[in-house]
Amino acid sequence: MESSEAEPSESRPEEDGAAPGSEPQPPDTMEDCLAKKMEITVSEAEKRTGRNAMNMQETYTAYLIETRAVESQNEGQCSPVDSLWRRYSEFELLRNYLLVTYPHIVVPPLPEKRADFVWHKLSADNMDPDFVERRRIGLENFLLRVASHPVLCQDKIFYSFLTQEGGWKEMVNETGFQLKADSRLKALNATFRVKNPDKRFTELKHYSDELQSVISHLLRVRARVADRLYGVYKVHGNYGRVFSEWSAIEKEMGDGLQSAGHHMDVYAASIDDILEEEEHYADQLKEYLFYAEALRAVCRKHELMQYDLEMAAQDLTSKKQQCEELATGTMRTFSLKGMTSKLFGQETPEQREAKIKILEEQIQEGEEQLKSKNLEGRDFVKSAWADIERFKEQKNRDLKEALISYAVMQISMCKKGIQVWTNAKECFSKM
Amino acid sequence: AAQKSCVGWQHSTGLLAGHSSGLARGRVVDTSLAEANSFSPSMTISPSSMINQYKFEDEPELRDLFITVDDPESHITAIETFITYRVITKTSRGEFDSCEYEVRRRYQDFLWLKSKLEEAHPTLIIPPLPEKFIMKGMVERFSDEFIETRRKALHKFLNRIADHPTLTFNEDFKIFLTAQAWELSSHKKQGPGLLSRMGQTVRAVASSVRGGVKNRPEMFTEMNDYMETFSQKINVLDKIAHRIYKEEREYFNEMKEYGPIHTLWSASEEDIADSLKGVASCIDKCCKATEKRMAGLSENLLPILHEYVLYSEILMGVLKRRDHIQSELDSKIDALANKKADKDLFSEEIGKLEDKVECANNALKADWDRWKQNMQCDMRSAFTNMADNNLHYYEECLATWESFLASQTVDCHGEEDSEDRP
Repeated sequence: MESSEAEPSESRPEEDGAAPGSEPQPPDTMEDCLAKKMEITVSEAEKRTGRNAMNMQETYTAYLIETRAVESQNEGQCSPVDSLWRRYSEFELLRNYLLVTYPHIVVPPLPEKRADFVWHKLSADNMDPDFVERRRIGLENFLLRVASHPVLCQDKIFYSFLTQEGGWKEMVNETGFQLKADSRLKALNATFRVKNPDKRFTELKHYSDELQSVISHLLRVRARVADRLYGVYKVHGNYGRVFSEWSAIEKEMGDGLQSAGHHMDVYAASIDDILEEEEHYADQLKEYLFYAEALRAVCRKHELMQYDLEMAAQDLTSKKQQCEELATGTMRTFSLKGMTSKLFGQETPEQREAKIKILEEQIQEGEEQLKSKNLEGRDFVKSAWADIERFKEQKNRDLKEALISYAVMQISMCKKGIQVWTNAKECFSKM
Repeated sequence: AAQKSCVGWQHSTGLLAGHSSGLARGRVVDTSLAEANSFSPSMTISPSSMINQYKFEDEPELRDLFITVDDPESHITAIETFITYRVITKTSRGEFDSCEYEVRRRYQDFLWLKSKLEEAHPTLIIPPLPEKFIMKGMVERFSDEFIETRRKALHKFLNRIADHPTLTFNEDFKIFLTAQAWELSSHKKQGPGLLSRMGQTVRAVASSVRGGVKNRPEMFTEMNDYMETFSQKINVLDKIAHRIYKEEREYFNEMKEYGPIHTLWSASEEDIADSLKGVASCIDKCCKATEKRMAGLSENLLPILHEYVLYSEILMGVLKRRDHIQSELDSKIDALANKKADKDLFSEEIGKLEDKVECANNALKADWDRWKQNMQCDMRSAFTNMADNNLHYYEECLATWESFLASQTVDCHGEEDSEDRP
């Protein structure tokens, strides 16, 4: 079964990057991918102090990643657990590497760096134990998502992240992925006039914008609703105290008041667990909020590739034109060079020959480049769209499940409420 | 028509102010209550259905006086603008000339009635009137909400008087219910003026401060202590209830926005559009259920708590007045001890005062017991009603979400229901 938020984190057998060194081949079927070779968990979080790059003391949280090969059922024996510690920044490094290396893949997002969409009782402090705990779950989820992805799971850097404590950072940097990174991808606001983008990607980009906008709106309102709900429940707790004090001066009403007050206390206390559970639901939505960004990045990459392609084609066309003009002596387009040569005298035939030769070489190069860029572009569209289809199915599954789990939570809350108020009503009726 | 059997209580207004004819010293007054029915807080204003609205506690009491307050109307004159309310009385009592009356009364008239009742029965617990203005909440004087709240409270006021074994036969009460506007005006002008009445109250308060507590029977000290604590607690409860109402309103406001976001989202989706719309619909239904819950609070618990906040003030006042009556006796006794002369004159006066004190004490004691029983009843019913409101709210929400869940888990996710909690 695909990784899912609703399930307990321990027992999710996932697969590993099997063959280091070979080019990642997209497998033919999903069955090959989910080899169930490795169990992965992020089991602990620990506060650490150390020195940062500027030799200043800093506090950070380290997370324990445990891995274990899943033996076939015939063996019946548990293999030993390997473990290593990683901090959030290393997860970030891994993800950035994956983003650059697999631009056609919708790369799973990391849990948020800083607590966002908090309602007042929740701390926005990164060191807060509840935040750390939710982040631990989020990081585990990230690893499981990558490990169950047909392409990403085969990456050796990912495998080393899970298994090789020392020297991993150096290994990543040695891949030189930072150089491959297209800075334009980060500049999300910059617009590129692309003449013929694949319409599907344009639509997808709109969708990812809408998804991002609607989920953040939803999360914001949900946080406010949670805040208000908290208020309603907690004020009822005041009844408990006053009923108790009042019962002291009443003879017949005393017992009923006192016991009703107790139920009011129970009611007020129950909201804490209810809202804690809801935070997990919010985290599920947040994952897809961040996924929307990853989706957008893929569309962007297509846009940039298409833009480069169109620019290259444009450049080739103009070079061909220039070449033609030089060859035939006609000046079809205005050029400064042409003007100056008219004013200051024409160049010699030898000079012109030389120029034509250079241009012809450039044109040859350009045509080859254009061909390969075209091919690249088509391959990208094909593989990206395949992953996007996979992502869409995953998203629909996960979100539907999240909505169902939300309903389950509401039902549980209602049942608790019914119980408390039934008890309270009984006490009141005995007053 | 059944006769009200009010054992031991006389009906005329002048009794406790000084007549000693019906009540000799030492006679035990029967303080058993003739009626023990509680006053149902949820009154409708339709006269015809009124009979069904009363909850009778011990005996099926046959009421012979039914009053409704409704139909607020605005009157604009050159000097002022004011509201009148229609007061309809239906009765089978012999002392009423007719069996149905319809009059119009303004708030001032109710104030007048209350003060006349306090005057006639200083140690009886006169029901509370709604306040003149409501400062907190900034409700405009003539807003619909304010008028409706006031109308309900006035209705309750008159009915509580009608339920009271003694007050129900008060002459001013009868005039209030039956007299035409000009008749009432002229009747009001009789009797001690406003200033002299105010003087009485001032003297009463002043004397109690000075200490009419000297020979206070234990019972009334207990009552005093009780009222002090009760007053504290009821005020806090009133605040808590209002706070809850406010929080529920804020919650409702946020929920109103919450549902539609899911509908908006569903517009961008295909596969999960139905689920999203389902959630939106559930949230909207829960939103409406919250509104109902809030309405329940404001119709039931809030008015009752507020009434008892006012009652606690009234009761403190009644206890003070009793103390004042007693202090009159005490100071006369002291004076007698000091002045040896004119013993006969004094002893007659003291005799009258002793009667007065005994009457006042007995009246208060009986009325106190009655009040406590009613309070217990009212509180029980108000809080039970609140619990019911909350129960209905959760039951409604549960049904909504369960039906959504059922619609979603048709295919793969077998039992999504949470386990029954112990």
